Amino acid sequence: MAYSGKAKNHYSTELTTIRGAGLFKEERYIKSPQMARIKVEYPVGAPSKEVLNFCANNYLGLSSHPEVVDAAHKGLDSHGYGLSSVRFICGTQDIHAELEKKLTEFLETEDTILFPSCMEANAALFEVCLDKDDAMIADRLVHASIVDGMRLSKAQLYNYKHLNMEHLEEKLQETQGCRFRMIITDGVFSMDGDIAPLEKICELGEKYDAMVMVDDSHSTGFLGKQGKGTHEHCGVLGRIDAITTTLGKALGGAAGGCISGRKGIVDLCRQRARPYLFSNTVPPVVVAASIKVIDLISKSTTRRNKLEENTKYFREKMTEAGLDIRPGVHPIVPVMLYNAKLAQDVSRDLYEEGIYAIGFFFPVVPQGQARIRIQISADHEREHLDKAIAAFTKIGAKYNILGKKKDEVIAMYGM
Amino acid sequence: MAEDIKKTIIEYVRKEYLDEDSDQQITEDTKLITSGIVDSFSMVSLKMFLEKKFQVKIPDDKATPEAFDSVNNIINLLKEFTPL
Repeated sequence: MAYSGKAKNHYSTELTTIRGAGLFKEERYIKSPQMARIKVEYPVGAPSKEVLNFCANNYLGLSSHPEVVDAAHKGLDSHGYGLSSVRFICGTQDIHAELEKKLTEFLETEDTILFPSCMEANAALFEVCLDKDDAMIADRLVHASIVDGMRLSKAQLYNYKHLNMEHLEEKLQETQGCRFRMIITDGVFSMDGDIAPLEKICELGEKYDAMVMVDDSHSTGFLGKQGKGTHEHCGVLGRIDAITTTLGKALGGAAGGCISGRKGIVDLCRQRARPYLFSNTVPPVVVAASIKVIDLISKSTTRRNKLEENTKYFREKMTEAGLDIRPGVHPIVPVMLYNAKLAQDVSRDLYEEGIYAIGFFFPVVPQGQARIRIQISADHEREHLDKAIAAFTKIGAKYNILGKKKDEVIAMYGM
Repeated sequence: MAEDIKKTIIEYVRKEYLDEDSDQQITEDTKLITSGIVDSFSMVSLKMFLEKKFQVKIPDDKATPEAFDSVNNIINLLKEFTPL
């Protein structure tokens, strides 16, 4: 046994440090399917409590939609549980190809390749497409999975200030000597719900001959009039070279991701992407249900329309109530509290009121920008939204933060 | 000479990592990493800038968050690889 006292002590010290810094993450057991109203056991061993869920990525409310669940059952019956293989040996069924085709059509790209997750899609893309003579030029706040993906590539890494197009242009000028360049951004940034200016990014990409890559995990299915994503919202359909996205959020929420974009990129990924070549195929049950999801959202925009209305209503009412929310149009609604302890206290009080929403603070967000991140769903009914707004108003009054500006909150609670 | 280097790095950090309207002061002792001004992701580009600007190769195991945590620390690190 090589698990020595030395290693054991080290891990134990690390865990103590994490706890001491207030960063220890506890899991909460959900004892119901994922939907607007869920049953939670928290802390572990406590009696179950029914709460309204405001922190899932279940934007379209499809995670437990009866037609999606039914499609999963049918897929399980027709195509089995597992394939015990990677894609290129004996892990590709007809439905894998069908889902890839449907995603290509929905996203209006040239081709699509599935991955077990978007994290793996991001781990694959840069290593396959870029080498040491190339440059990756990334927004400074891109998702952690992109950061990890870029680390796997030999290409040189440059980054630009968040959403700052002048800074991006400087980097494009600085890297003119590179063979290929790729501008890398999230479509929607998960902490603030802010949207990348893709029209300008594409314009710069075309001007400086740089490819454009977008991780659209927080927008596929609902952003844009037909819900295609940030590229539709920004009017740049067909101009993004590589979109990575997930089936694990709005599109049913189970698992799986993809790279969708230029055919050459997708084809090369099928030959060289290590997370594709060396991890198992997406389970048939997930594929079958995802096909149903794409069918549902291609046929009707009712759910994305409801999400848009819910978001607008919630944002308006929260602002009227005097809560400090980041302006925007996205169903990610950051309720700014600035102080980490305050964010944790408000999250705990919300839970008491039957609202499940989580506080985020440094290092997940920059120092002094602690917040509760609310995520609206098409599954929320007006009464759910009203209950959350009432809870925030009550708790906001308790902490005397209603109508208060950032400086005033910081003066009371610190950063 | 060391003064010029200090000025160059402070100027780079200010231009590269702070917003245009930021009134935050950067001195040689300002904490860069632990304060969150430069995150671990951005450290890569800071390292690349230093290597290009001062014609040095900083080994990855030396490019630690501690070594990059202030302009003074960075100058000390550079001294290991080049006669400043």
